[in-house]
Amino acid sequence: MKRPPQKTTRRIVLLALLAIAAFALAVPAQTTDPSEPVADTLLPDTSAITPSQAPAPVPSVTVKDNPNDNGGAIRITWELSPADTAGGLVAGYNVYRADSETGEFRPVADAPSGTAFATDNRVENGKDYYYKVTAYSQYIDAGEDKVQVQSSGQVYGPVQASWQVFNMDRLICLILVLTVSGSIIHFIRKARRGGAIYVRKIGGIDAVEEAVGRATEMGKKIFYIPGIQDMNDVQTIAGIAILGRVAEKAAEYETWLEVPVSKSLVMVTARETMKEAYAKMGRPDNFQENQVHYLTDDQFGYAAAIDGMVVREKPATIFYMGAFFAESLILAETGNAAGAIQIAGTAMPSQLPFFIAACDFTLIGEELFAASAYLSGEPRQLGSLKGQDVGKAIFLILIIVGIIFATLNIYDLSPYIKVGQ
Amino acid sequence: MRREVPLIITSIAGLVFAISFFIPLLGDAQNRFSDWVSIVQSFAVWLGLLNLTKVSLEKITRKREGWQYAILTVVSLVIMLAIGMFDGFSGLAQDPPVSYREPGTNFDWMFRYVYTPLTSTMFAMLAFFVASASYRAFRARNFEATLLLVAGFFVMGGRVPLFDLLIRWFTDYPLFNQFADWIMTYPNTAGQRAIMIGIALGIMSSSLRIILGIERSHVGGQ
Amino acid sequence: MASTIATILLILVGVSLLYIAYRTITGRPVERRIVFIYIALAVALPLFMTLPAPVQVTPDVERLYDALEELRPGSKVLVSFDYDPPSAPELQPMAVAFMKYAFKHDLRVIVMGLWPQGPQLANLAIEEAMADQEIAAKNLEYGVDYVNLGFQSGNEFVIQAMGTQFKRMFPQDDRRIPYDSIPLMANVTNFSNVDFVFNLSSGKPGTIEWVQIAVDRFGATMGAGNTAVQAPQVYPYLRAKQLHGLLGGMSGAAEFEKIVEEPGDGTTFILSQMFAHAIVILFVIIGNAAFFTERRKQE
Repeated sequence: MKRPPQKTTRRIVLLALLAIAAFALAVPAQTTDPSEPVADTLLPDTSAITPSQAPAPVPSVTVKDNPNDNGGAIRITWELSPADTAGGLVAGYNVYRADSETGEFRPVADAPSGTAFATDNRVENGKDYYYKVTAYSQYIDAGEDKVQVQSSGQVYGPVQASWQVFNMDRLICLILVLTVSGSIIHFIRKARRGGAIYVRKIGGIDAVEEAVGRATEMGKKIFYIPGIQDMNDVQTIAGIAILGRVAEKAAEYETWLEVPVSKSLVMVTARETMKEAYAKMGRPDNFQENQVHYLTDDQFGYAAAIDGMVVREKPATIFYMGAFFAESLILAETGNAAGAIQIAGTAMPSQLPFFIAACDFTLIGEELFAASAYLSGEPRQLGSLKGQDVGKAIFLILIIVGIIFATLNIYDLSPYIKVGQ
Repeated sequence: MRREVPLIITSIAGLVFAISFFIPLLGDAQNRFSDWVSIVQSFAVWLGLLNLTKVSLEKITRKREGWQYAILTVVSLVIMLAIGMFDGFSGLAQDPPVSYREPGTNFDWMFRYVYTPLTSTMFAMLAFFVASASYRAFRARNFEATLLLVAGFFVMGGRVPLFDLLIRWFTDYPLFNQFADWIMTYPNTAGQRAIMIGIALGIMSSSLRIILGIERSHVGGQ
Repeated sequence: MASTIATILLILVGVSLLYIAYRTITGRPVERRIVFIYIALAVALPLFMTLPAPVQVTPDVERLYDALEELRPGSKVLVSFDYDPPSAPELQPMAVAFMKYAFKHDLRVIVMGLWPQGPQLANLAIEEAMADQEIAAKNLEYGVDYVNLGFQSGNEFVIQAMGTQFKRMFPQDDRRIPYDSIPLMANVTNFSNVDFVFNLSSGKPGTIEWVQIAVDRFGATMGAGNTAVQAPQVYPYLRAKQLHGLLGGMSGAAEFEKIVEEPGDGTTFILSQMFAHAIVILFVIIGNAAFFTERRKQE
């Protein structure tokens, strides 16, 4: 059977993209050549070593591969020099490395006094290395000059760096991610098969149509502000998704919808989204590119420009959907004073009170992400919301169990969910 | 086709970023994507700049409403760009080279004495708007609103030495400061956490929809 | 003289507020422009007064101080300036006090910015710290005692890439000196080689991104200073010990200045903020008094 040509091209493109991804994976990112000369380090001048004044050496050193990484690093830990006390003789430690036990030791890391570890990030995987740690002193008077002296250091090794397949510290995290993702995918599939999905009403979203209608009646503009973040912020993507639905309504009612943006990539994306929405409603000619225009990347410059537009043009309706910061109230209060009906949605908890005070409707946090699924009415998208709720239930149970365990002092669960390295 | 390519790129990049959190070996690939993002974002600045110029010039030539402001925009843009470029190139010629942002350059002067006061003014307006919004909307309409009002009252008066100054005649103990700190540390943190967990799950679900290609409105699809 | 006039004016402001309260309760609320005038007076007048504000250091500021006190001389501190001039009134006093503390305690400071204007604000803070006699006497050397790596675009992806190698994101510093030629950076490859990270932030990318990437992924030890508006959002990270201390807004700046004994703008401006808060509280009370009177009438 002959495959439709479109499908073939699609496969070719997919293969090409996979090749690019493979390239990204295969070619190691730029790393420092371990053999490249190190600049003048902060090492003290050791030419005037006077062993009698040198701090006591470190009693022991442990060298091992840095865990849970993709190689290229060795972790060096040591016991502090007995002379390392607060305000004592030791000013810090130097770590030296050589390729062989008798080879030339070169400085690779340093640490201030009181610190008993350092990481050497400039090694190759699978190669033997030897290390030496010395303690160096504060400045000591030596005739006319002040010098620093350092202790001797024993050689430790060999040690090799290697990469790990899986970061074991994140096992619990992986299990949680897989469980929540699994439940979301399960409900998406269920919805696709035709299972009934109930989603509660979201007031702000139901008001979208009314808000667009009001602008039409008044013969005034609608402003849509998609936040001040770029396309790499999920909130902006959610905002653009809702813009698509608002644009459909605006196209249907033939009302002027204007989208001033603060990021170039958002401008391009918003344009595409609106063009599609107008085409979908059978009015592709009504869309003009200058409906979406760039103002400035600057946070308050952007707020000032929008405030100016609102005061001069007095729009009937203003939408704020995306990531907002301190400019939220500056925008919303001006809109309120201009008498516009305002619908906001953001997942920035600190800006929610401002929007709630100054806008007619506010989508709170996760409602912003649910909004585009809700507005689309598409079962698969609605299914994902249901899966999300299962995740919420899991977290709720974990929190309650954690609280009970901690309160009754039964068992400390916190080490299992490790933060940091 | 126009839509499939970005969707596939999104899926691959999304998966690489998610998986590399657990598999350290993929860190390099993730770094490579990060480099690409930096490069694309840097170039995208030009897109915005050209659009701003185009829209402003159009406004001026067609004498649309508010065209005078557009003149200001274009003039400011050209002046700042010219000064930055002049300082940048003349700084390169010096030995050692001097960045256009170093103290003492013309660009730094503009930054300190023009840009800084202008943007600070905008931010400062927040103080005025907070007051007017509070006066208009901060009402004890129901139980929840009353709770919010009381908490706001103590945090506003306790975070600054206001209330503690007033009770100084009775005690030196920073009662209100401690209470405000308690509100921030416990009820506030609890509320923030609840919202954050909800948002995190919302982001996860949204991200999954995007990676799986179900949500495609961001690439112009419906 | 100026102080006396300012005090008299403030008393007049208080008395006129009573009239506004009467108007609002009788159903004639004042226009928002009147509210604006009161805020302007509350912010401006205290600048002429010499009233000492009894600043109380909160535990979160103390925690940051304790974390800094643990750093021995010679420790490397990475300071990221992720804000721009609008937020400078709140964050710059923190930056200046931090720089003074770091230089006086012989910490080596590596400065960078994820916001384009950040490194320039860092230069201003360093300049101000250097004006201190004790610090000036140390003759600190650029590249050895401190360095400004400059701005890098890419938002949180910069932090991500720095987790492997700082040099990838900053091949040269703000003065165009190659990374490898900077003595201070000689042994610094990534977060594992810096002893403390301090982030001053007014939005995104900022403290939350630093915690999620530098702390959670790469194990950095970190403290932060935030604008008041953003601080509440960062509290959960403080409780979970992902953050070692937080300076929140102007009060955080004033408290930090107090604990490190470097009084500066934060200590001066907190008075303005105090009066502004008082005005807002009074307007909220007036608004609510009117609301209840009206509701009673309706009943």
